[in-house]
Amino acid sequence: MKKTSIRFAQMAMSPANVTALFFSLLILTTAAVATASTGLVYVSNEKSSEITVIDSKTYKVLRSFDTCRRPRGMHFSLDRSQFYVGCADDSQIAIYATATGELVDRILNVEEPETFDLSPDGKTLYVSNEEDAIASFVDLETRKVINEVEIGEEPEGVMVTKDGSVVYVASEANNMVHVINTATAEVITDILVDVRPRRFALSVDEKELWVSAELAGVVDIIDTATNKIIGDIFFLPTGFRKEQVTPVDLLITKDGKTAYVALGRANHVAVVDVARRKVTKYILVGKRAWGLALSADEKLLWVANGLSDDVSVINTADMQVITSISVGKVPYGILIDDQ
Amino acid sequence: MTNENSGLSYVTSLLLVVLFLILPASAALSAKKTPLTIGYLELAGDLRYEAPRAYAGIEVRSRYRPFDGAEIAVRGSRIIGRALGIKFSLHRATADNLADLERELDRLSKEQDIHFFLVDAPSKILSGLSQHARGRDILLFNVAEPDDRLRGKACAANLMHIIPSRAMQSDALAQFMVANRWKHILVLKGEFPEDTALTEAFLASARKYGLSIVGVRDFVLGNDPRERHKNNIKLLTSGVDYDAVFVADSLGQVGRYVPYQTAQPRPVVGSEGLIAGAWHWTWERHGAPQLNQRFERKVKRHMGNRDWAAWAAVKTIVQALARTQKTDFSSVNAYLKSPDMILDGYKGPPMSFRPWDNQLRQPILIHSHNAVIARAPLEGFLHRDQYMDTLGYDAPEKRCQF
Repeated sequence: MKKTSIRFAQMAMSPANVTALFFSLLILTTAAVATASTGLVYVSNEKSSEITVIDSKTYKVLRSFDTCRRPRGMHFSLDRSQFYVGCADDSQIAIYATATGELVDRILNVEEPETFDLSPDGKTLYVSNEEDAIASFVDLETRKVINEVEIGEEPEGVMVTKDGSVVYVASEANNMVHVINTATAEVITDILVDVRPRRFALSVDEKELWVSAELAGVVDIIDTATNKIIGDIFFLPTGFRKEQVTPVDLLITKDGKTAYVALGRANHVAVVDVARRKVTKYILVGKRAWGLALSADEKLLWVANGLSDDVSVINTADMQVITSISVGKVPYGILIDDQ
Repeated sequence: MTNENSGLSYVTSLLLVVLFLILPASAALSAKKTPLTIGYLELAGDLRYEAPRAYAGIEVRSRYRPFDGAEIAVRGSRIIGRALGIKFSLHRATADNLADLERELDRLSKEQDIHFFLVDAPSKILSGLSQHARGRDILLFNVAEPDDRLRGKACAANLMHIIPSRAMQSDALAQFMVANRWKHILVLKGEFPEDTALTEAFLASARKYGLSIVGVRDFVLGNDPRERHKNNIKLLTSGVDYDAVFVADSLGQVGRYVPYQTAQPRPVVGSEGLIAGAWHWTWERHGAPQLNQRFERKVKRHMGNRDWAAWAAVKTIVQALARTQKTDFSSVNAYLKSPDMILDGYKGPPMSFRPWDNQLRQPILIHSHNAVIARAPLEGFLHRDQYMDTLGYDAPEKRCQF
């Protein structure tokens, strides 16, 4: 946005340019208004089919509102003025206004969407369709499914690269990561990983793709150039058996140095030194920790605890839990509007 | 048109060019997908599926063969097959008796290079087949027979058990009773050999978990007043105090009348009421709804215990192939039996085989007709190595010698 305004100012002030400048300024102003962050945290609760709205400063639950059935994956639109919620049991994606939480629109006939990622240009949603063994491409302008890619059963995690050329989709039931060419909607290759792959994180340089393998209790590290597994990270908080460690969501910080991994039934979040691939700390959270979200300044890590119906907030400076907040039934994902 | 005398004619050279183009392509195509067939053996006229219905044609027990479960698993493996370059398929063979099944096994292993067989058959047939296949590159998977003797004296190195044993199921119920403080149990036993087996398994579980059996009473179906102490439920369940009633009724004709008619108002468990099984169509967690829905959409009925076992058996084979990246029998066989083998059976923890009796260790679902009430092993029942080994025969008991 800033680049555009400088460019316009430098152009000669012909009538056409003046008009163009006027309209671009208008767009910029409205865009600026739309992207002012609300400081709100949205939590999807898959069993009670509602979204809980929390104030990120006071940690108070402001309200909750009903959604379509079984809301799980959530993602901001490109300008963050809206967010998308996938409702598996209603086979649709609901679109809400970030500032007000008002339902703006729905994209229908998206089969059992679980999670999704947004293309870098904000125009396409890559969606995992849980019951159909497909990943679908949803065009946000026309609100239609424009492509479907046949992949393994029970796809869940979706992650698109920064340049938008490749999207990774995990198939839980087939223990595979599918590498899909977004331009052709074709599978480039299938990578066999450890048992029950769920979610992804890409290293900052995108040379490594990290994928959580829930039943194997590890995170596999894939070299994105060769599409081969080059390492893995094993987790075991004190007092737990190996089979109780079920890693699901994972995040890598902006500086690429730290990763957080939610360990599911082991009720902890692991803090990982990315370069050394070593766990540096385990933080006790609630029951069945799955969803993770970092505040924009990365000072707070929010954790969705599916089986204690609450979210934990961790201060990343000292890696201590600040508070736990009761939300709806079986919280799944968290969106923080604070950029 | 070339001169006839100058070597190859135009047509021949054209044909050769075409052949030259086709051959490498087809070689490439066939190199892409190695076929791997899994055998499925079952008994025609198997009494377990053709037992008489209750009076007036009422079908009290589900009698569907579990082949559908295996098919769902094979279909679900096509993408792994794509990655491995393997095309999975099933070959179903039905025969009248053990001798014929042995012939089928021989024929299929020879003609179609089949090494892995799912077997849906009673104990005697399973034992016979495993004896017949001994020392060969063959591995059998028991998907329907819970007989504890097959995990004990009649065990075999080439026989893997996917379906849980009776001991595992009764242990699950016993854990539930202990957890709920149902200490005194009245047992009602039917007249068939399977009812005796069910009762013996439960009595052993009661001893293991410290329950108190207040009585074991035989029941029969009937109205004869001279036998009323055996066919009248009020009489059968009176004269003694109990916290719950365990019913061993494999046929399913009498047991269904026990709930709500016991002399004291008590929960009924076992063959009716609260049941311990391998699977349930209402299980909500661990991806189960996805599997149940896939099954129901294709097969148009609820997925049962044996369906799940057949599905899990195919998944086990596919998983072992995927992990070893080999198709030779000895590598796959070794991996399958190793501690590295983990199967995602959609019941929570990763499942693997017990090296002492080849039983797949797994959670047991304790359910009513429309809900899963608990999943065993229940929380609080501890074990040195594997919580799931609190169900069924554990290593130190040394019942099986391969």
